[in-house]
Amino acid sequence: MAEIGTLRVKTGLAEMLKGGVIMDVVDAEQARIAEEAGACAVMALERVPADIRRDGGVARMSDPQKVKEIQEAVSIPVMAKCRIGHFVEAQILEALEVDYIDESEVLTPADLEHHVDKHAFTVPFVCGCTNLGEALRRIAEGAAMIRTKGEAGTGDIVNAVTHMRAVFGAIRQLQGLREEELYAAAKEHRAPYELVRWVAENERLPVVTFTAGGIATPADAALCMQLGADGVFVGSGIFKSGDPDRRAKAIVEATTHFDDAKILAEVSAGLGEPMVGISASTLPEAERLEVRGW
Amino acid sequence: MARSPRIGVLALQGAFREHARALRRAGADVVEVRRPEQLDGLDGLVIPGGESTTIAKLAAGYGLDEAIRAFERPVFGTCAGMILVDRAHLGLADLEVDRNAYGRQVASFEADLELGDGEAPFRGVFIRAPRVRDVGAGVEVLAELGGEPVLLRDGRVLVAAFHPELTDDLRVHERFLELVTEATSVRA
Repeated sequence: MAEIGTLRVKTGLAEMLKGGVIMDVVDAEQARIAEEAGACAVMALERVPADIRRDGGVARMSDPQKVKEIQEAVSIPVMAKCRIGHFVEAQILEALEVDYIDESEVLTPADLEHHVDKHAFTVPFVCGCTNLGEALRRIAEGAAMIRTKGEAGTGDIVNAVTHMRAVFGAIRQLQGLREEELYAAAKEHRAPYELVRWVAENERLPVVTFTAGGIATPADAALCMQLGADGVFVGSGIFKSGDPDRRAKAIVEATTHFDDAKILAEVSAGLGEPMVGISASTLPEAERLEVRGW
Repeated sequence: MARSPRIGVLALQGAFREHARALRRAGADVVEVRRPEQLDGLDGLVIPGGESTTIAKLAAGYGLDEAIRAFERPVFGTCAGMILVDRAHLGLADLEVDRNAYGRQVASFEADLELGDGEAPFRGVFIRAPRVRDVGAGVEVLAELGGEPVLLRDGRVLVAAFHPELTDDLRVHERFLELVTEATSVRA
């Protein structure tokens, strides 16, 4: 008998995205540019994070009409964002048959304590994290893919690096702990013991782990890959730059050839203006997106 | 066998690590392939699942597509890899393949497949899977699902619409390594 919506099928699509670039797009035209540049998937959203930051207000799920137009425009997987805890936006996105839902801190949270029960869905979910405990709490809720959050819409890579180092460093620290110490580690990370133990035994998260938030150049993408990311999400970095087509293609090539400095030098040359960017350390607390998620 | 077969895994994008792991468990030496010169000296090549449009664009960028067309050893394509070896792409297998033909991700599924080896069924994982629309006269069907071919062989080329690298069952990878061994002994 054929079975749909199994954990293997959900995590399996993320396995197929590895080594690739998932690009934020707001309409069909941007989606076509992303596919043409070699994106392995696109993320449909109402406004890119840099514009959400600039305009303020409540950021919500994309208009279903826009999602449909994007689905019709490209053959690669189409993902879409719902607000943290907004399980009805998630139900709508599942009804639209998006390929993945991003329960995202980039949108305004709908629930200040609970995330969506992702086990209840056939469509898989990706969620953000800033540290190992947060990643494992999301996986316990059913996330089939994880991305470190970084600080979306800034063009500043520093928080992405901080979060990757936090997750991958904490995984390395679990190696060599004794049985009774793993219980204490689970308490410290506020994560289920079974998942902490799995990570200690396998030296990685049980799901594919991408990086997001602040990637603006091919070198940024390659930095994330060399630090251990399975792939990258690029939001404002492409469509807020001077030459989106060329920059998108260059970031795709840099993600594949992340350890070949000659190719990186070649693809980084003459790309025009990058997005202007905001230094993440100058953001007031209320404007920091990375702290959203519980 | 005198030495382990040396198998390349196309590592531009997709599930290349899982193929590498399965091939090593089945006894092969594995090399990741990102540039044409890395095909030199290989006994076989695996083209993994991933996004076929992404892999095709990255391969064209560095002349890897032409190098794979000229590669004469056995090739194993899974999912996106099956699309890339078909008539419309690299032309290594006499097949016409439709992309994402089972529907979007919510339709992705697992199902048992009979490999015809008298053993237990093989758990096939189908993710936004392609469907074979037309098969050339010389192509052998090795497994079917609902009357449609999902594992096929065209001479030295093996293709699967599903993902054997996502299970711990090595039978399909072993089948590919048998093709490699046959081809290597003919050459010797």
